[in-house]
Amino acid sequence: MAKYQLNINGEDIDVDVDPQMPLLWVLRDEIGLVGTKFGCGIAQCGACTVHVSGQPIRSCITPASMLAGQPIRTIEGLANGTELHPLQQAWIDVDVPQCGYCQAGQIMSAAALLEQNPSPTDNDIDAAMVGNYCRCGAYNRIRKAIHLASENTTTPFYDASTPNIEQIDGDMKGEQA
Amino acid sequence: MNDNNNDDAMMDDEGSIDVVRAVELEINALANTPNRQPALSIKKLDRRSFLKLSGIASGSLVLAAIMPGPGATAEDFGNLVGSVELNAFIKVSSEGKIVIYSSNPEMGQGIKTALPMIIAEEMGARWADVEVLQSDVDESRYGRHGAGGSTTIARTFDQMRTMGASAREMFIGAASLAMELPRDELYAQDSTISHVFSNKSLSFGELAALAVKQSLPDPKTLIFKDKADYTIIGTSVTGVDNLEIVSGLALFGIDVRVPEMQYAAYQKCPAFGGKVVSANLEAIKKLPGITAAFILDGNDNVRELSSGVALVGTSTWAVFNAKKKLDIQWDESTASKDSWTQMVSRAKQIHAQPGTELITESGDVNASFSNPAHQTIDAFYEYPFVAHLCMEPMNCSAHYKAGSNGEKDTLELWIPTQAPTRAYPVVKSMFDLDQEQVKIHQMRLGGSFGRRVYAEYICEVIAISKQVGVPVKLTWSREDDIQHDFYRVGGFQSVKGSVDKNGKIVAFEDHFMGMTYKGGRISGSGFRATEFPILNLKNARASKTMFDIQTPCGPWRAPGANTTAFVIQSFIHELAVKAGRDHLEVLLELMGKPQWFDQGNIRSLNTGRATDVIKLAAHKANWGRPMPKGHGLGLAFHFSHAAHVAEVVEVSVDANKKLKVHNVTVAVDVGPIINMSGATAQVEGAVIDGLSTMMGQKITMENGRVEQSNFHDYQVLRIPNAPAVDIHFIQSDYSPTGLGEPALPPLAPAVGNAIFAAIGERVRKMPLTDEGFTI
Ligand code: FES
Ligand code: FES
Repeated sequence: MAKYQLNINGEDIDVDVDPQMPLLWVLRDEIGLVGTKFGCGIAQCGACTVHVSGQPIRSCITPASMLAGQPIRTIEGLANGTELHPLQQAWIDVDVPQCGYCQAGQIMSAAALLEQNPSPTDNDIDAAMVGNYCRCGAYNRIRKAIHLASENTTTPFYDASTPNIEQIDGDMKGEQA
Repeated sequence: MNDNNNDDAMMDDEGSIDVVRAVELEINALANTPNRQPALSIKKLDRRSFLKLSGIASGSLVLAAIMPGPGATAEDFGNLVGSVELNAFIKVSSEGKIVIYSSNPEMGQGIKTALPMIIAEEMGARWADVEVLQSDVDESRYGRHGAGGSTTIARTFDQMRTMGASAREMFIGAASLAMELPRDELYAQDSTISHVFSNKSLSFGELAALAVKQSLPDPKTLIFKDKADYTIIGTSVTGVDNLEIVSGLALFGIDVRVPEMQYAAYQKCPAFGGKVVSANLEAIKKLPGITAAFILDGNDNVRELSSGVALVGTSTWAVFNAKKKLDIQWDESTASKDSWTQMVSRAKQIHAQPGTELITESGDVNASFSNPAHQTIDAFYEYPFVAHLCMEPMNCSAHYKAGSNGEKDTLELWIPTQAPTRAYPVVKSMFDLDQEQVKIHQMRLGGSFGRRVYAEYICEVIAISKQVGVPVKLTWSREDDIQHDFYRVGGFQSVKGSVDKNGKIVAFEDHFMGMTYKGGRISGSGFRATEFPILNLKNARASKTMFDIQTPCGPWRAPGANTTAFVIQSFIHELAVKAGRDHLEVLLELMGKPQWFDQGNIRSLNTGRATDVIKLAAHKANWGRPMPKGHGLGLAFHFSHAAHVAEVVEVSVDANKKLKVHNVTVAVDVGPIINMSGATAQVEGAVIDGLSTMMGQKITMENGRVEQSNFHDYQVLRIPNAPAVDIHFIQSDYSPTGLGEPALPPLAPAVGNAIFAAIGERVRKMPLTDEGFTI
């Protein structure tokens, strides 16, 4: 076991877990942020995508202890308070989700794309999203929603280095889902 | 509860339409009625619920509290106070908020949005006022829970209309009393009851407390809305859980968190049916985060509990990690020895003979085949086992509480399942718990496609929770999920057909080589005597030979149809090519005059509806247009799950057999569409699923063990390869039927036919990667 501090969605959180435990399971089982999903555990499906210092990473293979001190953003921290990220709004407007299970990972990959490239082409989208499986086959709507969000975004939605701080209820841990 | 005894009191009130006053009168009347339950104490409410109530008239608050409606439980009172229940599916608050319960499992097929749309439509509700909640599991209250076979819409359309229309009539009754206007001058629209001849109106919120006092209408007297008046059905509505999904809120089974919960993994024998002899449990128990490790003997029923080793710990990662360190001795004496290679070679040996069992025979196929004026061809088709691969791996949470002081044991379950109530009989037979001892929460499913109709992951977690005495969440790894599926069954079909000198198809024969599981039937491994084009031809024969296997199989999106369509719709194209004729022309000729083979039975082919969708798809895809070199158009039709679907696919194939699917045009007749957005999503998804499966998916087994384990060796189509999908619905007047499955089967043959059109190579085997194609 090792004690360390993670900065998640702007909040410093102390954890005391096996240093090898991937961020995915620290988020889901230790902290109670279950929006980040488990799909394969071997970096093949993208369901577990989160941002570390603004970059998309696969949380299922990244030991959390390596991330101490770096800003981590999960799907729960993507909205700005009650204002949805343009991608979240576009996902609703285009009715992207089928089962919905892959969508947190899809949105996090897309958010990282828009941070780098506010007006992506179809090829840019293919390159950025190729690592995210959607078993239900919502790909065409994912593409459409990214374009829609890109049209609706004029300035970067948030600055990855100064994440907002309102996202986690301190008492989420242990709360019944 | 819905007696009309108090109507007079209302009328006496000098024609006032003050609903709060009416409610007070009601309360007074009720207070004088003997044997009523006392009003609930407000103390029952937690602070949060109480705050939510601020602003609600105290009268209606009390009224609702003493009238919780059938089936309400103590937990419901938080919601019930301040709102009234018009029937099991509908609650309306005095603020005008409408809660509609969805009683069937949502797995991505969209019924949690579509069914409430039907209710809201009949009710005359404004969709923006509606909040949809998942119901508890209670068949006496909601009717059958469960979804599968693309049957939910067909099965529940009238039930949902009845619920909505019944609530509407109660509102109209209330408004008639309150406004002293005849019922037939009132109508419901936008969550309001309005008067046709004046501008008088009352909102559902204002009427709620009075509406609940109206008698429940006799369902036989209800008149459903005319299609022309629909304002919700047929529109595009975004999924009711979308905000939760995009915000990462807990919805799925795998997201369940219960206080004191521990995490579990379960290792079964890689060869189906193998049993644990011993395992290195002592070493495993010493690993960090592991709180228990033990062997479960199981009951030898792969649908219930197979023998294995259970690991319990403080995190999913701890148990996954420990699972990799397990060293288990298996007894495989009775385990599966299945081999895909052997199945293929056996099929190749026997395919040219007729099957061991005749399915159907009409006319004289042999005479047609040996007629020198006919051209006769035959072909051997092959399709593999495939996995379901739900994005959310199998999981379930259970809390088995042993009863103390002579109380009975209880069990609470959080299940992502297509068939919630199937858990009851299994829990009874395996754990001897009656239905009253079991509480089931149905969770949203991260995909299912037929996978989650079985209860084995439920049995596993119950057994584990019972042993350790705390709530447990069992999560399967992706490897467990791929290696312990109930697979789409593989198989083979040998087909033969002839065309006469006019190029008309005149005879067809199919030798179906399928599987049984330990002698029992497998979903999807059958060939219907009514399968197209048997009824369309004078000379037809079908027979079968079944191989017995020990690999568990089960329904997979459009069972049977997803493979048989590939064979038959490809082979009809082969016959058209042999005759030197246009595929579209031959297919339409085969359909012949419009006829409904089993008149009135929506599960039977209607050649008129078939012809319409085939023509529409061909028209929209501009069938017959000249194609550049290496490009081809392919057509296929299939009837399954009461749906008539035709698809035209455009592909190009380069010299290295790299395939690109440019677009897919789909024409569908499933009757009226409920949610246009949901319906098109199902078709888009089915097309991509069909392509994904056809392209590169294959489960093989040797010595009883599945050889694939995770996404690195079992691929799903990725975004760059998703074709454009152009969808057209014929909204015929037939009753609406489901769309979760039937758009999948025509995709594979349409792609195969397009590949032939592009490069002249016939595809008779899936997946395409086995035939040297890449994407
Ligand atoms: S769970 Fe991390 S990539 Fe699949
Ligand atoms: S919506 Fe189901 S996996 Fe993407």
